[in-house]
Amino acid sequence: MQFPLVFGLDTFGDMTHDADDHPLSHAQTIRNVVEQGVFADQVGVDFFGIGEHHTDDFPMPAADVVLAAIAARTPRIRVGSAVTVLSSDDPVRVFQRYSTLNAISNGRAEVILGRGSSIDSFPLFGYDLADYEVLFEEKVNLFAELRKGGPVTWQGKTRASLTNQDVVPHTEFGPFPVWIGVGGSPQSVVRAAHYGFALMLAIIGGSPARFIPFSRLFQEALDKFGQPPLPVGVHSPGHVAETDEKAREDFWPRYLQVIRHVAETRGFAIPTRESFMYEVGPQGALYVGSPETVAQKIAANLTALGASRFDLKYGMGGLSHEALMRNIELYGAQVIPRVRALLGVRS
Amino acid sequence: MTGVALSPRPLPRLAVLGAGHVGPVIARIAIDAGFHVTIAASGSPEQIALITQVLIPGAEPRWAADAVENAGIVVLAMPLHKFATFDPALVAGKIVVDAMNYWPPADGAQEMLEDRRYSSSEIVQRRLANSTVIKTLNHIGYHDLEDGRRPAGSPERLAIGVASDDPRAAQVVEEVIDRLGYDTVRLDSLRAGRLLEPGGPVFGALLGRAAFNIAMHAKAA
Repeated sequence: MQFPLVFGLDTFGDMTHDADDHPLSHAQTIRNVVEQGVFADQVGVDFFGIGEHHTDDFPMPAADVVLAAIAARTPRIRVGSAVTVLSSDDPVRVFQRYSTLNAISNGRAEVILGRGSSIDSFPLFGYDLADYEVLFEEKVNLFAELRKGGPVTWQGKTRASLTNQDVVPHTEFGPFPVWIGVGGSPQSVVRAAHYGFALMLAIIGGSPARFIPFSRLFQEALDKFGQPPLPVGVHSPGHVAETDEKAREDFWPRYLQVIRHVAETRGFAIPTRESFMYEVGPQGALYVGSPETVAQKIAANLTALGASRFDLKYGMGGLSHEALMRNIELYGAQVIPRVRALLGVRS
Repeated sequence: MTGVALSPRPLPRLAVLGAGHVGPVIARIAIDAGFHVTIAASGSPEQIALITQVLIPGAEPRWAADAVENAGIVVLAMPLHKFATFDPALVAGKIVVDAMNYWPPADGAQEMLEDRRYSSSEIVQRRLANSTVIKTLNHIGYHDLEDGRRPAGSPERLAIGVASDDPRAAQVVEEVIDRLGYDTVRLDSLRAGRLLEPGGPVFGALLGRAAFNIAMHAKAA
């Protein structure tokens, strides 16, 4: 394998419940995410990502602030967004925040850029959803310029121009890693390759195998644009517990409730027990089960997709902080070493 | 089984307009099913050449005007907000499959489509006054569309709704969909096609024909 294997955890700051199944406050949820990130470092996870969200059940709009707190308390784990909704943000600000995080963490920052499949930030910040494509295209373009370091000259329709502008803080060890999160748009795959950004495949439902052509498209596009090889990653939801049964019984009622809640805005069908069992099976997108089950599935899909990075989106609204901590422990202590062993044997 | 063809007719040529999430999937399964397929995005063929070559080998990338020229069926798989500036003359006289969805929570509201007395496809039909609009392929997730294909008669075969004001054109499209690997359920007007829209009883669901009918009638009742 061309790139070292990297294993991450992603959270959207999903609302957690206490022992009596009551929701915790936003403030407590955020403090718990800090603890989860610190714990992930301790159990050997390589990356901790936070996805920007702006709703009551995902109170996580300022991922970089939370990541900075984690960075300040950890020596090793990489920290990044998963994703930054760049379309409704200012690329200069995003660059500044993440190069600051990079400074705080001694070069451990990453950014995963997305167009945003949760689009709550558009009305919140006064953007028009009809401008979805042009906003992302232009802002990725500017972000790519900023990331190179050095003075930036840029012109576009979506923000003020820059002329020979020095943007601080300068990064210490060269550009930090940038990925583009892709859910299903081939043009986003080509765009990532064009700018020399790595590719993060967000596979949240259905067969991971259908993304194999995207991985190939990315390689072909990198060649076409004369870019160096870059890694492919996979982001998928899941939950690890001691046994398959426990993981499913923990996860299923919460998953049903969350998907039911977002179904209308996101166009998801309400899952059935049958569709859920398909998703947790070998052909589906959910990594729910014992460490062995989850490790086998990760190994199989990384191989199929030619990917070297796996980020498990852990947590599901309503699960407890304690269940999430146990998930993190099992993922770090058992799943990651097992996947490494499985892939080591195969390669 | 849908219509019974007595003599083999040449397959209609398909033009897919849109190279985002949905268009390439429809194009790919159509190539697989033996159709001749052209595809166009909003820009030049060069911009989608690589996508076509890797994801839809066999399809021909074109400018939109060239893509539709010899096509019997044009599939609109672009975001609906782009449809507002789409030139109706491009598809005059054609059967047009409307695979688009009006989905304000995800895509923002649009004045043209905000008149809730009409289904989105009725509004599309009104703009494409010289075309015959069929609403279909919109309610199944683009990721499911590829995996869900099954041969005719398979007990696992899924159903796709086909809504139209024109029964003959609907039948042409139903034969295409059958060949793609799906049963069809006819809705006898674009107005009734509202049942296929986001928030409707079959949107995003994976249902065989019997369950599909039950879901629609439960809602309509």
